[in-house]
Amino acid sequence: MPIKVEIISPEKVLVSRDVDMVVMPGEEGDIAAMPEHAPMMLLLRGGTVALYDGDTVTDRYFVGGGFADMTPVRCTILADEAVPVTEISIDSATARLEELTEAWDAADKSDAARLEGLMAKIQSVRAEIDAGAGN
Amino acid sequence: MASLKELRARIGSVKSTRKITSAMKMVAAAKLRRAQTHAEAARPYAAAMRRMLGELAGAMSGEDGAPKLLAGSGEDRVHLLVPITSDRGLAGGFNSNINRTTRLTIRRLQAEGKTVKLLPIGRKGFDFLSRDYADLIVDHVIGVGGKEIPFSAASDLGAKITKLLENGEFDVCTVIYNRFQNVMSQVPTPLQLIPLGLDANEAKPDPNAAQYEFEPDEQTLLERLLPRNLQVQIYAALLESAAGEQGARMTAMDNATRNAGKAIDRLTQKYNRTRQANITNDLIEIISGAQAV
Repeated sequence: MPIKVEIISPEKVLVSRDVDMVVMPGEEGDIAAMPEHAPMMLLLRGGTVALYDGDTVTDRYFVGGGFADMTPVRCTILADEAVPVTEISIDSATARLEELTEAWDAADKSDAARLEGLMAKIQSVRAEIDAGAGN
Repeated sequence: MASLKELRARIGSVKSTRKITSAMKMVAAAKLRRAQTHAEAARPYAAAMRRMLGELAGAMSGEDGAPKLLAGSGEDRVHLLVPITSDRGLAGGFNSNINRTTRLTIRRLQAEGKTVKLLPIGRKGFDFLSRDYADLIVDHVIGVGGKEIPFSAASDLGAKITKLLENGEFDVCTVIYNRFQNVMSQVPTPLQLIPLGLDANEAKPDPNAAQYEFEPDEQTLLERLLPRNLQVQIYAALLESAAGEQGARMTAMDNATRNAGKAIDRLTQKYNRTRQANITNDLIEIISGAQAV
C-alpha cells in the first residue's frame, strides 16, 4: 500500500504522487513516513528528502527547512524552498555559504536569536552543498 | 467649425492612441494568464498550512500563552492597515477602489477613537495616502508588483510586520487588497492578519482519528508556523492583487480601444460632412458668380 507524498514550496507543488516510503530530515533526526504511520507533525531542517519505491530511491529533493504533516495515508512536506537534487547549483550554494559566513563573523555575538537563525541557515546551505556534491 | 486639416490631425491622433491601448490590452492579457497561473500554483501551500494550523490550534486549545501573532496583543487600540496597490496606473478603477476603501476604513476607525497606522504597498497607494495621511504612514514598499513576485518579497514584508508587532507598534493588522474574482471584477477585500482568526470548529479533529504527535512540541511548531503563515497570506494577497491588476488593465484598455473606435467613426463622419459642405459652398459661389455675369 503506497503513501501519497506531496512536496510543496510557497511557489508551487513540486511532487504529488504515490510512493512506498519517504525519508525526510526532521529537526531532531531523520524520519521515515510509511503507510499507517501515526499522525505526526514535525519541523524539518535543511536536508534531502528521499522518495522510495520498494527499496530503491527514485527521487531526491533538497529542502531548506520547513514542516511536514504525516497521516497514515499521506505525507505533506511544506518546504521553505525545494529543488530536485540534480538541479542544485553548487557554485551558487557556495557563494551563499560565504555570504552567510561573513554575516556570522560580523554578527553581534550576544544576539542569540540572530546567531541561531544564521546557524540554521549555514547548516542548511552546507547540507545543500553536500547533497549536490554526492549527486 | 473645425477645419478639415484639424479634423484629419485629430483622427490620426485617436488612431495612434487606439493602437497603443490595444497593444496594452494584449500585453495585459498575456501577463494576466501568467499571474493567474502563479496565483493558482501558490494555493496548495496556503491550504496545507491552514490545515496544519487548524490541527495545531485544535491540539492547543485551552492552553495559555498563545504567541502574539495568533492572539494579538490583547488590545484593540492601534490598527495597522496594509493597502496593496500597483506601481503603475492605467488600470481602470483598480487602485482608486483600494484607495477609497482604505480612506473609508481610516475614517471609520478614527471615528471610533482608534489610532491608525499605514504601511502602503505599491506606488499608487503610497502617493495617494501621502497627500492626506502622510503622518500616519510608518513605512512603505514600492516595486513589489513587478512581473514576477518572488516569495522573498512576502517574507520581507512579513518580517517587517512581525518586527512592528514585537515593538508594540500596533494591535490589529489588516491587509486591504483586490481579490481577483474574474477578469472583469476585482473586489477590494480587507483581510485581518493579526490577531489571526482561527476557526476552531473548522479545525475540530475527528474524534476517532489517532491523536497527532508533535515534534519537537506544539509550542515550538506554532511559533515557527505562524510567521510562515503570515508570509504566505501576504504572498497570496500579492499574487491575487497582481492578477487583478492585469485583469483590470485588460478591461480598461479594452474599453479604451472600443471608445477610440467610436471616436474615430464620429470624427470621420464629421470630416466627410465638412468636406461635403465645403464643396457645396464652393459650388454655390461659382454658380452665383456665373449667374451675376
